[in-house]
Amino acid sequence: MQAAHRLDAVFAALADPTRRAILARLATGHASVTELARPFAMSQPAISKHLRVLEHAGLIARGRQAQRRPRRLVPARLGEATRWLERYRRLWEGNYRRLDALLEDLKARETTWEA
Amino acid sequence: MGSLRITTAGDRDLVMTRVFDAPRKLVWDAHTKPELIKRWLLGPPGWSMPVCEIDLRVGGAYRYVWRHDAKGDVMGMGGVYREIQAPERIVATEKFDDAWYPGEAIGTLVLTEQGGRTTLTNTLRYESREAREAVLKSGMESGVEAGYNRLVDVLAETAGAAS
Repeated sequence: MQAAHRLDAVFAALADPTRRAILARLATGHASVTELARPFAMSQPAISKHLRVLEHAGLIARGRQAQRRPRRLVPARLGEATRWLERYRRLWEGNYRRLDALLEDLKARETTWEA
Repeated sequence: MGSLRITTAGDRDLVMTRVFDAPRKLVWDAHTKPELIKRWLLGPPGWSMPVCEIDLRVGGAYRYVWRHDAKGDVMGMGGVYREIQAPERIVATEKFDDAWYPGEAIGTLVLTEQGGRTTLTNTLRYESREAREAVLKSGMESGVEAGYNRLVDVLAETAGAAS
């Protein structure tokens, strides 16, 4: 996949709450499909479908154990996407911290503003 | 107050959510009065906002210009207001002068107040997936690398919020 399409696939994969929960689980260690399905009120085929999306995006990979084929996180790919979001977030968080301070100032002077 | 959450939604949207410990009217003022906007909407350290013009009516234009005071670099953007419902909702187009992404974006700012606190949701809809991606990539130019631990925290947070 080209870099641009790959990133699209990553963002599309991350847009779903179930898939984010699966990634969060895999961030703590390998897990089989059955283990991954357990916390969700979802059939195994439904979970497998989410896993295919994550695999297609390169966010997870299958282990080699013949029967279990546990899924594992591929940190590099996830890091690439979240790093971009994180940098963008930092820029805006800087703005919003200044806004916090301004709002404190406005609250203190609110009577003056209304007058 | 609280931390900023940024997520992608659908193919083209970026959604920012942040809680402020202030009534909605004040957050609204801080987004619509130039003398107030200039005090916080500054981006990375070193930049100031010499131009902030607002014609707050549907069809009215706004214009922002930032300047890096040491290097002298200038960056401008602007757009047109499409919807204004004080003090809760603004829809406006936005485009940077030297846009590094195709097309213009549409920003929807929604403010809701509960118990004296205001939740801000700012949704930016870009013209295409490619445009959104270019915007996110531009964030790579500054800032510090997020560690892998931080990443796990972010995921745990979003997973927690989802369940």
